[in-house]
Amino acid sequence: MPSDLLKLAGVHTRIGQYHILHGVDFAVPRGELTMLLGRNGAGKTTCLRTVMGLWRAAAGTIELEGRDISRLDTPAVASLGISYVPESMGIFAGLTVRENLLLAARSGPLDEARLEWIFRYFEALKKFWHLPAGNLSGGQKQMLAIARAIVEPRKLVLVDEPTKGLAPSIINNLIAAFAELKKTDTTILMVEQNFHAARALGDSVAVMDSGRIVHAGSMAELAADEALQNRLLGLSLEAHQ
Amino acid sequence: MKAQRFDLVPLALLAAVTLGAAALIGTPSTWVTLTVAGLAMGLLIFIMASGLTLVFGLMDVMNFAHGVFIAVGAYVAASAMKAFGGGLAALAPAMLGAMLVAGALGLFFERVIIRPVYGQHLKQILITTGGLIVAEQLIHVVWGPDLLPLERPEALRGALLFGDVALERYRLAAVVVGLAIFAALLVVLNRTKLGLLIRAGVENGEMVEAMGYRIRRLFVGVFVVGSALAGLGGALWGMYQEAVTVHIGAQMMVLIFIVIIIGGLGSVTGCFVGALLVGLMANYVGYLSPKIALGSNILLMVIILLWRPRGLYPVGKA
Repeated sequence: MPSDLLKLAGVHTRIGQYHILHGVDFAVPRGELTMLLGRNGAGKTTCLRTVMGLWRAAAGTIELEGRDISRLDTPAVASLGISYVPESMGIFAGLTVRENLLLAARSGPLDEARLEWIFRYFEALKKFWHLPAGNLSGGQKQMLAIARAIVEPRKLVLVDEPTKGLAPSIINNLIAAFAELKKTDTTILMVEQNFHAARALGDSVAVMDSGRIVHAGSMAELAADEALQNRLLGLSLEAHQ
Repeated sequence: MKAQRFDLVPLALLAAVTLGAAALIGTPSTWVTLTVAGLAMGLLIFIMASGLTLVFGLMDVMNFAHGVFIAVGAYVAASAMKAFGGGLAALAPAMLGAMLVAGALGLFFERVIIRPVYGQHLKQILITTGGLIVAEQLIHVVWGPDLLPLERPEALRGALLFGDVALERYRLAAVVVGLAIFAALLVVLNRTKLGLLIRAGVENGEMVEAMGYRIRRLFVGVFVVGSALAGLGGALWGMYQEAVTVHIGAQMMVLIFIVIIIGGLGSVTGCFVGALLVGLMANYVGYLSPKIALGSNILLMVIILLWRPRGLYPVGKA
């Protein structure tokens, strides 16, 4: 069994007067892709944002390689080797594709070999290298957002609903890209509502409901148990096939 | 690989205003004189406004006290010009002094006045307006309530004659300085990683932080540079008017707000084009129909916002 890279224990998050996370406990094994599933409003995005320090945990601990990062601010969390692809993608529309990637490469100039590897899966980025990112299509923007998160090797990549609103052919492309990324031993925590993508990519899974983890285990186990899927995920599973 | 396309339409508007004025004014020499005066005024406004637009774009901060940096810059320049004999050699210490003192004041303002009210627009307006009043009174204490002369060095007085066209030397110098600052800002913003960070921060500060950069530090730097530029603009504007009063900054703020709004909040290129439009409009209308000169720039703002509600070069804020 691989050791855990990220571990959340009893994490509570409040946003203003709303209490969103109610003691979240789960772990992300090193080198695996962990799927965070759940109905809309279950707290998945809040969970990722709390890990990133974008919303501060009101209680509990978030450990990266055994070190508590729950009190660190966002730049400090990112500097530890965590990258984040938000649901909104967060691309800089006025910057070119090249400039977006240049900014993500914190340690220096872009690594040409790694870029070529990224271009193998996200060809459009090479084609539109000097185009403002705001001019890209939705799928291309998602490719850029993901490319930005992996333009340098990272310990942990947090990805929030990468397939949302994308055409099936582009989703298949993304699945292939993430499958390839998994081979590099990158640890990924992904929020996903598309069960097809979740099943294809996930090694382990945590399911949230009402701000709590209600199930944790292997993806294969959940994929094989339709009754469990229905109980945990309800209609959201079928709706996003 | 496709190249990035630049929006030329606002520049076409600038050209249309200039050519339209040529047709209305009729006399070529008058038109040239007014155009150079308009460009000089526009570029001086640009120097004063460029920092404010970035400050708003980066951190959503409404700084109504920006005029203080302009006024302080003008006063420091007046004192320095007097202390160094008022010649061309006094110009460098006067301008540097104006930038240094305004920049230092900017640092103080950011720490003491702006920082406690991040993200709270109403409080920002109230507290920065309060800061403006207090700072103006402090200027009275240091420099007195009277108008202070700020004469141009001998070399920058008078006009150059090209046929029957007379061009004031100081206005030409202001055009050169304004263009140099615009070029320097463009180089920093488009050719350096710091510039990339500023442009990205204007669009989506949270994402810049999620990439590991500290946007607050960036903001403090931009605030200080913006204040220093306002100080330089104030010094140049004071010399343009050849006199300084405590209200020199507050008087310019109306035009500065018009410029950054029509340019697109957070856009330096928009600020540049907007400033030129405002400067040219003020000079052309002031000559053609002085009675409506005051309202002409408000009208310009209304027309531009009806056409492009987010300004000439809108910044895609997330």
